[in-house]
Amino acid sequence: MTLAFVEREGSDPTEETLEMLTLARELADGDGESLDVVAFAGGSRLSVDELGAYGVDEVYHVVHDRLDGYAPEAWGESVAQLASDVDPSAVVAPGTDRGHEVLAHVGATLDVPMAANCIGIDVVEDGAYELRRNRWGGSLIEHARLEAGTTLLTPAEHEFPIEKAESTTDPSESEFTPSLEDTQFRVQVERVERADEEGIPLGEARVVIGGGRGVGGPDAYDQLEELADLLGGTVGASRAAVNEGWRPHDDQIGQTGAKISPDIYIPCGISGAVQHMVGCKGAETILAINTDPEAAIIQKADYAVIGDLHEIVPELNDTIREA
Amino acid sequence: MNVLACIKRVPNTGAKIVLTDDEQRIDTTNLGFTMSPHEECAIEEAVQQTEAHGGSAHVLTLGPEEATEQLRTGLAMQADEATLLEAGDEEWGPRATASAIANGVRELGDDGAEFDLLLFGNESADAANYQVGTRVAAELDLPCVTGIKSLDVEDGTAIARREVSGGEEVYEIALPAVITVKEGINEPRYASMRAKMQARRQDVDRREPTADTGAGTYEKVRLEAPETAESEAEILGDGTDAVANVVDVLESEVEVI
Repeated sequence: MTLAFVEREGSDPTEETLEMLTLARELADGDGESLDVVAFAGGSRLSVDELGAYGVDEVYHVVHDRLDGYAPEAWGESVAQLASDVDPSAVVAPGTDRGHEVLAHVGATLDVPMAANCIGIDVVEDGAYELRRNRWGGSLIEHARLEAGTTLLTPAEHEFPIEKAESTTDPSESEFTPSLEDTQFRVQVERVERADEEGIPLGEARVVIGGGRGVGGPDAYDQLEELADLLGGTVGASRAAVNEGWRPHDDQIGQTGAKISPDIYIPCGISGAVQHMVGCKGAETILAINTDPEAAIIQKADYAVIGDLHEIVPELNDTIREA
Repeated sequence: MNVLACIKRVPNTGAKIVLTDDEQRIDTTNLGFTMSPHEECAIEEAVQQTEAHGGSAHVLTLGPEEATEQLRTGLAMQADEATLLEAGDEEWGPRATASAIANGVRELGDDGAEFDLLLFGNESADAANYQVGTRVAAELDLPCVTGIKSLDVEDGTAIARREVSGGEEVYEIALPAVITVKEGINEPRYASMRAKMQARRQDVDRREPTADTGAGTYEKVRLEAPETAESEAEILGDGTDAVANVVDVLESEVEVI
């Protein structure tokens, strides 16, 4: 059996969870075994309605009177206890902060290896996997062989498509109550502080306008902001621009910043370093504006405009406004 | 308050990564070395916290002899002490690394260096295994929180914030604790030339790493540098002449106008 850790927003699985289920189902199908999921109840619980479309056979709701909010160690311990009970060949989690954190705790508790950022996995024989995983944000691929009683895996973000199963299942549900100690609650979310953010968070934006070193200074971002407003999007920046102090770090797109997955990304004056591309490879379409036709970003874009963003963007804004 | 920052020496890769013939590592003949951006912030945080609360900032790495270069960067950034767990050229996996660091921390404790806070980068720039900090915490039975972008210490409690969609999760953790940080938590300082010169003369504490292996095996077989596909970008035009075509793409292809 493959056991997948599901993150939910309200009663629905998150997008990253659905991506992860594509990998988990491949593993389960490869083994000819079932695909079971585990989700934490508290406030609300995961709705099973949608999960049948993704081939889920069984849903375990973790129920515990102290598990209302997120507590990394307690969650990891709970998944580890469930895994010891139901003995899956693999436990898979989304390639998110929380997915990595929970699974790392599971790995530490069960004292087994964990492979993060996987892009492809083959089951070679009983209990042994040959896998490929991203290094350097995907500019290198590591081929590895993993053999463990329970194999722990996360997919690389935006590497697997959200795909429904060929045949729909009718998931059964059960509750699992872990036995937890006080010390496992020494780390938990005390409160969530809502940001009074103007505009749309980068990770959720359908349109992202990026500005790099070519923007030349903080003021010229006004043009990019205007374009973002016109298209209902938000503005991001390259690490170079953030290091110059032109934009806050929260705006950074890349390996050590935000990973975006908009319908369209419009990088302006961004050369396209490997570390930047890691952050924007989830974009459906890339339309690059750059003075240098040889820039790496042009090689990686779907559409390109060769020229100076300081001339093109204002003109583009005017044209859209008049349209 | 004594703070330990754990770092990893990694090559300073350019636009294209070249592998050695045996496909086991990056060909670093023409490359310099650095540390992961998150870890530079871990050092800065260690220095800032000890500047604010007193105590000592200590930087540690598991790596080859050459990793003293990164330790000295930490010293030049005003860390007080440095420890090298000298591991040779072979790359250690995340479990062995965590075990060696935990054992190193125990040894340093035996020698009188107790830490209130152990800082790591959230994930390394090269291998990105997302687990070393958590495993070290488990080995040492310390609380751990990952991916932190804001940290305050008050009366022996760390108030740590993690960005989530639409806001921040706030954690309050009694020290000692392990915290993994992300770039953006602070702005790492540039070391002055004078500080770099001084760091060159400082002693680095060298130790032999020891690691316990757990159940199961993870073996790196080889590395692969994926071929970059030929550009298929459709050139929409030069300069402002392209604007009409851009509007067309936004309207008909992406439908955002």
